[in-house]
Amino acid sequence: MSLWRNQLSGPTDPARDAGWVDPPPRQGFFTDTSICIGCKACEVACKEWNQLPMDRLGMTGASYDNSIGLGASTWRHVAFVEQTTERIAAARESGRALIALGMPGLRPGAMDLAAAESAALAALATGTLPDFRWLIASDVCKHCTHAACLDVCPTGSLFRSEFGTVVVQDEICNGCGYCVAACPFGVIERREDAGAGTISGVASAGSSGRAATSAPTGIAAKCTLCYDRLHVGAPPACAQACPTTSIQFGDLDLMRRRATERVEALHAKGFTEARLYGADPNDGIGGTGSIFLLLDEPEVYGLPPDPVVTTHDLPDIFRKAGYAGLTMLVGAALSFLGRRDS
Amino acid sequence: MVPEAQFASYYGRNIVKPAPWGHEIPAYLFLGGLAAGSALVAAGGEMTGRRELQRNGRLIALGALGGSTYALISDLGKPSRFHHMMRTVKLTSPMSIGSWILAGFGAFTGVAALSEVVKEVAPNQGRDLPMAWFWPYGDRLASIGAGFFSAPLAAYTAVLLSDTATPTWHAAYRELPFVFVGSALAAAGGTAMVTTTTRECAPARRMAVGGAILETGAFALLERQIGVPGETLHRGRAGRLLKLAKALTIGGAALTVVGGRWRPSAVAAGLALATASALTRFGVVEAGMESAKDPRYTVVPQKQRLAARRAQAAIDAASEITGLPSAQALAEQA
Repeated sequence: MSLWRNQLSGPTDPARDAGWVDPPPRQGFFTDTSICIGCKACEVACKEWNQLPMDRLGMTGASYDNSIGLGASTWRHVAFVEQTTERIAAARESGRALIALGMPGLRPGAMDLAAAESAALAALATGTLPDFRWLIASDVCKHCTHAACLDVCPTGSLFRSEFGTVVVQDEICNGCGYCVAACPFGVIERREDAGAGTISGVASAGSSGRAATSAPTGIAAKCTLCYDRLHVGAPPACAQACPTTSIQFGDLDLMRRRATERVEALHAKGFTEARLYGADPNDGIGGTGSIFLLLDEPEVYGLPPDPVVTTHDLPDIFRKAGYAGLTMLVGAALSFLGRRDS
Repeated sequence: MVPEAQFASYYGRNIVKPAPWGHEIPAYLFLGGLAAGSALVAAGGEMTGRRELQRNGRLIALGALGGSTYALISDLGKPSRFHHMMRTVKLTSPMSIGSWILAGFGAFTGVAALSEVVKEVAPNQGRDLPMAWFWPYGDRLASIGAGFFSAPLAAYTAVLLSDTATPTWHAAYRELPFVFVGSALAAAGGTAMVTTTTRECAPARRMAVGGAILETGAFALLERQIGVPGETLHRGRAGRLLKLAKALTIGGAALTVVGGRWRPSAVAAGLALATASALTRFGVVEAGMESAKDPRYTVVPQKQRLAARRAQAAIDAASEITGLPSAQALAEQA
């Protein structure tokens, strides 16, 4: 039973679990949102390399965000949040509560937090720090250790690559849409039409050449972590295009180490709001292949605060259904017992 | 009622995505349940010598199965690739398991229905056909086979919904299969009451009433434990559908008890129960869709879970410092 359990939750090497013999080290992203400048080069590079159709065009009223969220044709999405002093203080407080609990991998007493923080507060009081901040974060598929989309796919279209990533095979997917409902992050989506969409009636320039790419419709689509580029040793297009190294790519172990170092460095400077997301292999999805450094609660960025892969509960779900099925058979049998028809 | 919890979100946008499913999917859930229940009605009829119940049950099972399969395939993004469901057997995918259940059920139900059709059209009820001596054995095998697959067919549709990140569906996983098998029994019993003379229908009436009680009771338990994601079961269109379903279920069951032996009232009761079963599926599916579209149902339960875990961690840490055993350690000792 423990093997079965390990397949559904907990820390593990997903490539080996999927049957790869002697796979290369697991690859992943570390997206450091504290140095993201919101240039959207990652969004553009992703669209270009993967030949994704234009899906939306227009203003959303949500700061500089005009791609709304991850979807079938948006595999990198840059989120913009504008915050004032109150919210910054709350984020700092919630981050400090995490540090007090010993997360993420911080050694209590390793630094003089109070001194660093009072320095930051002093800077704020003297006007050297602004009372307004941007949160800018480039979101992407998490390539979960326990990927719900892959688990529930009935056709085998979604598979675990040798790099530990999760990839859709276009020619296998029959568009059942189960993965869409299963993803705890709302990443994967069924592409309904390959043309250009609009936001609230804003007309699109959809008749131009690029919109008419041959992107397949009726099937699920999401980030492949540039599976094609990995095969020739090239980094994913988004990481290659990022001008600030906000998006880093490499062996997942290295990404985890860098993320931990970075969050410790930020804490040492008094930025207690910094925290890691997806870096803990003991979380509800066994850790992600895309680690993020956030400056506020995950839900502020549109990320679930405590995602758990749905198949974590699958053995119990099946058990309950088994009892229900037996109840049905017994009930039907009982209906036919007793006296003959009147 | 649970008080409105405050939570942050990204411009109020949903976090998880709703399943890209149309009305075909709740229709499929209803017809699949009706097919499963009718196969049991037919199997019981065959084993207890109720010929009309057997024939009608088998034909309804095949018809409902055909309808549900059509609904399932037409809702695919690529219907021409429906057979890709059969590329693999995957235990972690309820849809894969369901496809194989549907295939197994279909094989036996198809044979069973064919047997009834031949009996109707062949001269002398087919007794002069070659191998006619084998017929009773074949009938019994078809009954057992269809009966074997019927319970998984009715119950797995609840697993299909619950094994997702859709908040209301997942949070309902403990009771939903009981709601669905109860609903399937009520629908099948009700449909038999509509189509078959009251003389043979005593088991169908018992099945209908039992199914209605199971469905209503399991749904009441579901509402009690589900917490915040259960709000969508009471709001908007889903709330109206489920309220109507409950009224029709209880009304149909009561009418079955009182007037089930008189054909006109049996027909009315049967129609009410079958309609209620369909409304239950449409309501549950709709409630899930709404829960996926609102970040509240993703964020609030997860924040509650986090807060509980962090409170526990703080207690554990405190006990480590003071040297006193933690509540968890005490519980384990006990």
